[in-house]
Amino acid sequence: MKRELRVHPIRNGTVIDHIAPGQALNVLKILGIIGTSDAVVSVVMNVQSKKTHKKDIVKVEDRELNPHEVDKIALIAPSATINIIRDYKVNKKDKVILPDAVDGVVRCANPNCISNTHEPVTSKFTIDKSQSQIRLRCIYCEQTISDNIADHLL
Amino acid sequence: MRDFSRVEIDSILQRAEKLETFASKGSSNLLDGKILAMLFYEPSTRTRLSFETAMKRLGGETINMVSTEVSSAAKGEMLADTIKVVGEYADVIVLRHPKEGSARMSAEISGVPIINAGDGAGHHPTQTLLDLYTIKRESHLHNLNIALIGDLKYGRTVHSLAYALSLYDAKISMVSPEQLCIPIAIKEDLTKRGINIYETTKLEDVIEEADVIYVTRIQRERFPDIGEYQKVAGSYRVSLESLKHCKEDVIIMHPLPRVDEIDVDVDSTKHAKYFKQAFYGVPVRMAVLSLVLGCEA
Repeated sequence: MKRELRVHPIRNGTVIDHIAPGQALNVLKILGIIGTSDAVVSVVMNVQSKKTHKKDIVKVEDRELNPHEVDKIALIAPSATINIIRDYKVNKKDKVILPDAVDGVVRCANPNCISNTHEPVTSKFTIDKSQSQIRLRCIYCEQTISDNIADHLL
Repeated sequence: MRDFSRVEIDSILQRAEKLETFASKGSSNLLDGKILAMLFYEPSTRTRLSFETAMKRLGGETINMVSTEVSSAAKGEMLADTIKVVGEYADVIVLRHPKEGSARMSAEISGVPIINAGDGAGHHPTQTLLDLYTIKRESHLHNLNIALIGDLKYGRTVHSLAYALSLYDAKISMVSPEQLCIPIAIKEDLTKRGINIYETTKLEDVIEEADVIYVTRIQRERFPDIGEYQKVAGSYRVSLESLKHCKEDVIIMHPLPRVDEIDVDVDSTKHAKYFKQAFYGVPVRMAVLSLVLGCEA
């Protein structure tokens, strides 16, 4: 039987694979692909994967991600891989690396934190990876975020 | 307080012990020629006055922002700008501000040391240091059994103290009504640091074993109705009667201000250390000031 591809290969761009199931739309949000956009994007959700049982995949044509975007994706999909495609070939394949800290990526959940005021301060969080669930700690007010991290992305 | 190591805390407490002789009378010229700027955006009595006393007893000077209403803050000046400007006038800044993390942000941009004198519901590290100093001077930090009583949910004082005591392997009992128990995130964090926490809603469960009873105020506004508040607050009141069940050398502490959680009859007993605790704010703040200004005690 002929194997059928759900999504066709792309010529140039980025394939974000092994995204935790259900997080593909949040990845699009991180990439600024919301509502009307000229970007050519393919999204596959809840497909079978040997690695994580189920996964989401996002393919974005004619775009290579910057490190800031990769850091954000790592927060919500720490198992994701980033494949840079050039002329239909995988030019570079990297697993996202969860950094020890992120600057200007997440908004503190504490409305009374100094980072949520008009003061000239960039939000900064340290990342606790010691437990199964990632925990972010604001370096200013020390409040932590572990649930629904995507809701707090800047 | 999470950033402090035990060695750093011990060194501050030792320095405070050396300087205590100047705290109530006499003076020193240790901080001669140095200026402390006091930026208090929120009310304070003990913290403000004890910092001022500490600076002056060590021969330094203080400058004050009279009130936020008549300063540039009333015109909407950013804290960051105020810190940069005041840092050009003074050698050290003490800051109390309603926003959590304000002291850390200020420390990032300031050219002079910033001492956090309370950042919203965040931290008040010199209070914690003076609490530790009181325990050291009036009881013992080694093998300590301490009962923290009252509002453990919103009380920043007890959170910071619990973190600091985790460095001393203290046995901590947390006594509070269910609706004011310690937040899960803080409890998990403390447990991860290997600290032994016992939680209860009854004062009588822990009072016999405690070396230190640390009482905090239960705020009326935390309860939907006054009847519920009165019932709860009454069951955590320390009185002469409750002291009958305590160890002979137990000490009672309170960060103050007190409302009625400790009967005034207790004040005259040898166990009452809360006014002494407020005094110890002076040597501890002397220690912190001399340390950040790089002056040998």
